[in-house]
Amino acid sequence: MCRLEALRYSRAVAVVGSAEAQLVDALRAGDEAAFAQLVREYQPSLVRVARIYVSTQAAAEEVAAETWLAVLNGIGRFEGRSSLRTWIFRILTNIAKTRAQRDGRTLPFSALQDPGRVPEAALDADRFLDPEHPRWPGHWAVRPEPWPEDAVIAAETQGRLAEAIDALPPTQRAVISLRDIEGWSSEEVRNALELSETNQRVLLHRARSKVRRALESYLGEET
Amino acid sequence: MNQQTEQLSCQELVELVTDYFEGALPADEHARFEAHAKRCQGCGVYLEQMRTTIRLLGRLPADELPAGAERELLEAFRGWHSS
Repeated sequence: MCRLEALRYSRAVAVVGSAEAQLVDALRAGDEAAFAQLVREYQPSLVRVARIYVSTQAAAEEVAAETWLAVLNGIGRFEGRSSLRTWIFRILTNIAKTRAQRDGRTLPFSALQDPGRVPEAALDADRFLDPEHPRWPGHWAVRPEPWPEDAVIAAETQGRLAEAIDALPPTQRAVISLRDIEGWSSEEVRNALELSETNQRVLLHRARSKVRRALESYLGEET
Repeated sequence: MNQQTEQLSCQELVELVTDYFEGALPADEHARFEAHAKRCQGCGVYLEQMRTTIRLLGRLPADELPAGAERELLEAFRGWHSS
């Protein structure tokens, strides 16, 4: 278990504090290994979050690179009032917003701040009986079938899962990646993406529902 | 179908799954959710599939950093450190 993973699983505040303090000290001292570890841990997430704001992968990578420089230049002033992770992602968000503005890109404020405005159902309406159905309103018309366990754990299924994530809109992709792949808490995701509790849940719900649907259509073919 | 399941349709339940997992449902709705899921086979399977989806996501390897990207960032680090 690497140091940052230990941070993620530990609930003991004092331990988290001291592991993080060590990391911060190492960075200030110019410890390249500490920096490399941080980069490996966060670079993919930084790029994914940056993609919410900028329109290309290349621009997102530039934003992430700029973020690392800002982190290094600012680490001397980091006071530990938020976690190091939250601090890094705040820096990223600010740089990404500035970049988006410069590129003349309208920020996806509605996608982040009001995702519920445009309704999006977990499943097509035709999976259910009519809400006015006299006997079984809103009941399953086509019930989901249990997935065969051997297909679930097959390597190809992982590939389909990764494809389903890539196909998501950037905001949903960022939320589900941080929560379910990286294992962040909802609070950490909310802080990093400046999301309300409700909006974080809406985005997570839509993302998970779509990924389940992708798995269903893939695993359904198998049976 | 008892009254509890009548109050919450399958179509409504699938939209509440994440709120349920996140512990965000009010107590009465939480109880209705569980009562429905327990007696409805389709929703039982659906819930299980959402759990499986989350479990599989947790096992996906985190993105590998391309070697070139790491090298560039480390070079930037050396540049920063020596300046």
